[in-house]
Amino acid sequence: MHRIDSHPTHKHAKFDLRVGKPLPFGATIVPGGVNFSVFSRHAASCELVLFRKHEPQPYAVIPFPDEFRIGNVFTMVVFDLDYEELEYGFRMDGPFRPQEGHRFDKTKILMDPYAKAIGGRDVWGKIPDWNNVYPHRARIVYDDFDWEGDHPLENPIEDLIIYEMHVRGFTRHPSSGVKHPGTFASIREKIPYLKNLGVNCVELMPIHEFDEFENSRISPVNGERLMNYWGYSNVGFFAPKAGFAATGKFGMQVDEVKALIKELHKNGIEVILDVVFNHTAEGNERGPYISYRGIDNKTYYILTPEGYYYNFSGCGNTLNCNNPIVRNMILDCLRYWAADYHVDGFRFDLASILGRDQNGAPMHSPPLLETLAFDPILGKCKLIAEAWDAGGLYQVGSFPSWGRWAEWNGKFRDDVRKFLKGDEGALGGMAQRLQGSPDLYQSENRGSRASINFITAHDGFTLMDLVSYNGKHNEANGENNSDGGSDNLSWNCGWEGPSTDEGVRRLRAKQIKNAAALLLASHGTPMILAGDEMGNTQGGNNNAYCQDNELSWIDWRLLKENDELFQFFRKMIAFRKEHPALRCIDLLNRGNSSGYPCLSWHGQKAWNCDWSAESRCLAMMLCESGALAGRPNDMFLYVAMNMHWDMHGFELPVLPGGLAWHVFANTDMRPPHDIWEVGQEKAAENQGEFLVGPRSIVLLTGKPRT
Amino acid sequence: MESSYSMECKDGTAKIVLTGRLDAASAPKFQEKLRELSAQKISNLVFFAKDLEYISSAGLRVIIFAKQKLGADAKLYLIGAPAAVLNVIKMSGLDNFMIVQDQYPG
Repeated sequence: MHRIDSHPTHKHAKFDLRVGKPLPFGATIVPGGVNFSVFSRHAASCELVLFRKHEPQPYAVIPFPDEFRIGNVFTMVVFDLDYEELEYGFRMDGPFRPQEGHRFDKTKILMDPYAKAIGGRDVWGKIPDWNNVYPHRARIVYDDFDWEGDHPLENPIEDLIIYEMHVRGFTRHPSSGVKHPGTFASIREKIPYLKNLGVNCVELMPIHEFDEFENSRISPVNGERLMNYWGYSNVGFFAPKAGFAATGKFGMQVDEVKALIKELHKNGIEVILDVVFNHTAEGNERGPYISYRGIDNKTYYILTPEGYYYNFSGCGNTLNCNNPIVRNMILDCLRYWAADYHVDGFRFDLASILGRDQNGAPMHSPPLLETLAFDPILGKCKLIAEAWDAGGLYQVGSFPSWGRWAEWNGKFRDDVRKFLKGDEGALGGMAQRLQGSPDLYQSENRGSRASINFITAHDGFTLMDLVSYNGKHNEANGENNSDGGSDNLSWNCGWEGPSTDEGVRRLRAKQIKNAAALLLASHGTPMILAGDEMGNTQGGNNNAYCQDNELSWIDWRLLKENDELFQFFRKMIAFRKEHPALRCIDLLNRGNSSGYPCLSWHGQKAWNCDWSAESRCLAMMLCESGALAGRPNDMFLYVAMNMHWDMHGFELPVLPGGLAWHVFANTDMRPPHDIWEVGQEKAAENQGEFLVGPRSIVLLTGKPRT
Repeated sequence: MESSYSMECKDGTAKIVLTGRLDAASAPKFQEKLRELSAQKISNLVFFAKDLEYISSAGLRVIIFAKQKLGADAKLYLIGAPAAVLNVIKMSGLDNFMIVQDQYPG
């Protein structure tokens, strides 16, 4: 059957045309042709520009007839296009009056903001043709991936153990032993490793198309080419980064990402994408025309009254997130990734910008954040905010949430770091962090579910560097060590940088285990920075955004060298999974049959913690009810933390009859006595007191004597 | 090389010889050809790909579509595919759908 609306009505040169459908935006394959639809409120006219893949000049330019414009949308069906070999763009004519916000330039070929695939940087790091008239090219995606019944996993957020990784950095190092280093395909190869470690969610640093050559330059220090390696600078929001795909040169990155997500799901691992809606790669008024600037500058960007770009992102421009058009684009984008890629959740970079109004002022109930919180398609997606921006808005604990939004808990990072290095007065903060930060999240009944706990993330020191450097060492970034945060709350354990001193090395290993224990024994959702479990270092660089080299790539040889760290992480993760009392969001409301409080604080004396500023000894006891854990009897968990430089005895709380304290972990011990397999804990010799070594953590379980 | 597809069916096994290029331009014709199978009970679908020069995502989709049409019990074989073709299939993760062998039967 041929539908009447699939027949051409117009002709331009050899192309058959008819008026298109305004929705959906972008390029959509329809019977017989391709439907193009693009918004511009202020353009006077629009042309469709067609290229054959990789060819320098277009083979056709088709003006949208005026009768094909519906409201502010240019829409047209072009028949008989070879969609696989096609690249398309738009040219828009309109006013160039920057003081009024308009920067139209009809000579520029502009990428479709809704492009589902983008060519031009198909192979990572391949030097582009700088004279290309259209460097980032929209392509058409045929949407028929076979998911074989796959579905987002929808695990409760409190059950996740998030693993934050850079797609390229994870396997680019030659030691990774994969077939296609640095790609989505090779993450698939590493799934057995992730399962062995025990993480059940990967958070991918930006995988939207970006330009690794943005601000590319040669390092004055070591002569390396510096690149936009992290990719926090979007070219397009709907297209996966082709250069991260082994099949990018064949234009099959969409399939490769979907195959990865499907395989991760099959193995019980969720996928969260780090999304960057605060700015684009077009920079400020001196930046290039890629898309938005030339399509409708005034709509897409927050502008000063004089028509310059506000810079709340620290990256040259600020996306106008609470303009209804841009808001809808963001919503369409997230829905697309949720529905078409089966993504499980999103982490929003500098999310506080998403709550600023069109003049940049923070809003009380930002419409975009509310829309996302209540959107039906995103209804089961995790929404995680980095609750601050580069313009000084800091909203940890107060990010507008509607009970839906979780936050990167920056206070967790800071308080744990202070406690870990033995600062005075760090006990109170640590106690809050251990119980899921009720000081931040009790209001509006958000609870520990709102808290994504982390000690390290891509931004800042790796865990090994946190215990190896007092100060940052970012000279290789070529900015005179002025970039990156200076307030790291780090301690080098007595020597700055790598050390051969056995005492220093032991202490560092112990501090890393202490950090792992604190992170994985705290309420809230833990996030591990990829590589920390094997002691990965960036040589003290705490802002490796431009380092596409061995400095930032994970060195898999460390897995063997630091096996004790890996084993410690692995067993701590298993311990967390085994004990719902560590994850339960309403532990304090749960009863138990032992008559003990669900959570209690102790110190060198049982039931009596010294909260004074000089004290560095703290112990937490949880009573895990049998009903909660699906066991016949209650079980007890006891975490003794001594961050003092001397050994201290901790008086142990008396357990109900028939139970005894068993040692699960003791970071003061050398392997294999530092940690046991879950369920294989060893009965403590002295049930009345435990001697906790200097700067050490001990985890005990109270269970029937074995 | 001219793209062509020859097909023979016997005892529930369909053998298809692929030559030349299988891309968006040639895929519709190929898909039309495979449609002939839908009337029959096929349990093995065997593609001989020794002389296949190039396969694009559109071409791969036709093969996967054919498998879907035949149902989960049908087996799909890709025989003797050149390294370049095989590489694309493996990298994109689509090799899960098929049994890749040098010879048939293996």
